[in-house]
Amino acid sequence: MKALVAMSGGVDSSVAAALMLEAGFEVIGVTLKQWVGPDGEMPTAGCCTVADAEDARRVAAQLDIPYYVLDYVDEFTRAVVEPFADEYLAGRTPNPCIECNRKVRFSALFDRMDALGTDVLVTGHHARVRRDEAGWHLLRAVDGTKDQSYVLHMLGQVELSRIRLPIGEMTKAEVRERAAALGLRTAAKPDSQDICFVKRDYRSFLDTAVPETARPGPVVATDGTVLGSHQGTTRFTIGQRKGLGIAVGEPRYVVEIRPASAEVIVGTRDDLLVDGCLVSGVTFVAGHLPVAAQVDVKVRYRSKPIPATIEADHDSGGVWRVSFDQKTPSPAPGQSAVFYDGEEVLGGGVIDDVIRSDG
Amino acid sequence: MIYLDNAATTPMRPEAGAAMQPYLGDRFGNPSGVHGVARRAKDAIEEARERIAVALGAAHPLEIVFTGGGTDADNLAVVGSALVSGGGVVTTAVEHDGVLESARFVERLGHAVTIVGVDGEGRVDPSAVVAAVDGNTAVVSVMSANNETGVIQPVSEVADALTAAAPDVLFHTDAVQAFASLPVTVEKTGAAMITVSAHKIGGPQGVGCLYVRKGVELEPVIHGGGQELGRRSGTHNVAGIVGFAAAVEAAVADRGRYGSVVGSARDRFESELASRVKVEVTGADAERLVSHAHLRFPGVPSETLLIRLDQAGIAAAAGAACHSGAQLTSHVLDAMGVPPDQGAEAVRFSFGWADVTATASAAATVVADVVETLQ
Repeated sequence: MKALVAMSGGVDSSVAAALMLEAGFEVIGVTLKQWVGPDGEMPTAGCCTVADAEDARRVAAQLDIPYYVLDYVDEFTRAVVEPFADEYLAGRTPNPCIECNRKVRFSALFDRMDALGTDVLVTGHHARVRRDEAGWHLLRAVDGTKDQSYVLHMLGQVELSRIRLPIGEMTKAEVRERAAALGLRTAAKPDSQDICFVKRDYRSFLDTAVPETARPGPVVATDGTVLGSHQGTTRFTIGQRKGLGIAVGEPRYVVEIRPASAEVIVGTRDDLLVDGCLVSGVTFVAGHLPVAAQVDVKVRYRSKPIPATIEADHDSGGVWRVSFDQKTPSPAPGQSAVFYDGEEVLGGGVIDDVIRSDG
Repeated sequence: MIYLDNAATTPMRPEAGAAMQPYLGDRFGNPSGVHGVARRAKDAIEEARERIAVALGAAHPLEIVFTGGGTDADNLAVVGSALVSGGGVVTTAVEHDGVLESARFVERLGHAVTIVGVDGEGRVDPSAVVAAVDGNTAVVSVMSANNETGVIQPVSEVADALTAAAPDVLFHTDAVQAFASLPVTVEKTGAAMITVSAHKIGGPQGVGCLYVRKGVELEPVIHGGGQELGRRSGTHNVAGIVGFAAAVEAAVADRGRYGSVVGSARDRFESELASRVKVEVTGADAERLVSHAHLRFPGVPSETLLIRLDQAGIAAAAGAACHSGAQLTSHVLDAMGVPPDQGAEAVRFSFGWADVTATASAAATVVADVVETLQ
């Protein structure tokens, strides 16, 4: 059996490659070249920076496995970077890592596995794959603090049957211990947090890459009072509290972004509470609709799952209506809503809008 | 592993390796010194210079300037002659980056640069080159043969036409790829400057030379201690230079065999592939170096094919080797009018001096097997 290991240059995928070797697989390491900055270099932040690709290469050499860089710059630019800017322009808060997984990593790499003569795809994600008589299941990682199942919710039965996630079975501490025991240079390397094509923060990226996003406008209270001004709607996300540039007594949050009029609406914490959301492009891991309509839903990568019921919205095809059991601070359209049943990922999609029952 | 990437670099000829050994050991001297250790090193590089001068048919050994390789020599030729006169550069769209980027560099400094296109087979028209020359042109650079496709350029025709039309313009040819199989000499090329690289002809990496016709003035590109008569500063790579000279002599002596044996191996490789899979030969209607098989397998991305071939024990390349890692669109194929989607299917197999008779058929079988699963 041949394994195609997607190596980012981090400790997780380094150990994943080593574990596949130990498990008796023939292993090929690849790094996806996804982004070429204006200076023609590989990216310098997040995963897959220049140094990261070099780390992946060195780890592959140490493990004595063949290693290649695959050019996905065109696909990545088209499927991730351009929509990233468009989403912000539309007043939404995109999750580029999920779009990258959906449209580049898992689609393109799965498409090429046969051509590359490999049988399974391996990544260093913290999540688990299980199989029983009902089929393949995607579960949260053993290490709850590092769980990445949220960004893998688009995987279906075919994908899960061909993917291996050995790191999801270990805690981060165990991964690092293993890397150290193997003498891998990535053993103590810090986790990456950033978006790979964005250098410092996404705002400066947008300012440079899409200058038209810098469209100033008013900061407006829910009652219509103008409280101040801002340098562009793309600088804001729903629920944001800092950097609003206004001085009022109690905390104010961004509750709505209106890109057409360049208005940023701010309100109290109560104004931020919503009853649910509408989610489009929903896929289910099992390949069919879930039995239970009662789920836990995660509306951000780093948020606690909250109890909710889901139902298909028959008025608009492919859209699911998520009703939170209790009023909840508004999620940001553009982020993904991922449905869980305990440890298991049921599926998910992209949040299109929020539901306010009283509004 | 069957090594078919000799256009990227060649295995060292035994003569070169043997000649270098003493200079990697106790003959470690710096030639720019007064003592005996230095003198022995100086003797070694001057003897190497004489032997390379003879091989190139130079009038005097000091017409050979040792450099850190082909790109180094290309920079000296193009940048050096443009800077010394303030004049412009005329070159072709299919040159090695060593020449093209040098031209772009002097263009940024304000010199006029004209890039002449090629036909669909990758050949430049000598009259188009001459037509691009004007009273301000300092140097014309046309490669002897292309590193990616192996397509041979009409260098002596360019030289003749230039001599007739603009005798004061310097003519440079990058003969890095051509040297192993073509009789590259001052007389045959008609060039005032010729670039040769050691590691493409069975010598070590990191050393090469620029032949500079006596009387040609160049502004140095590397400044320092004034080695190589001030034309290329920096402590000599003595072992490399000695190995280079040995490789040059071995390659020249081997050219007859190379032309027939390597050529027939390449031809057999191409015809056996064509009998089994869909394949197109780049520059098929042009004169090509016997070493190069630049092919396109329709429907098979080269990135995938190269990985599969590596797994199957065949070392090949998509184009120039200078960009490590992920592949870039080839400017050579671009210039030939090859659409990008076809360019992404191009693979270069390049044969070399080491024994290839047995491997050509074996390689064709493996390549065809892999391509069949992908086409």
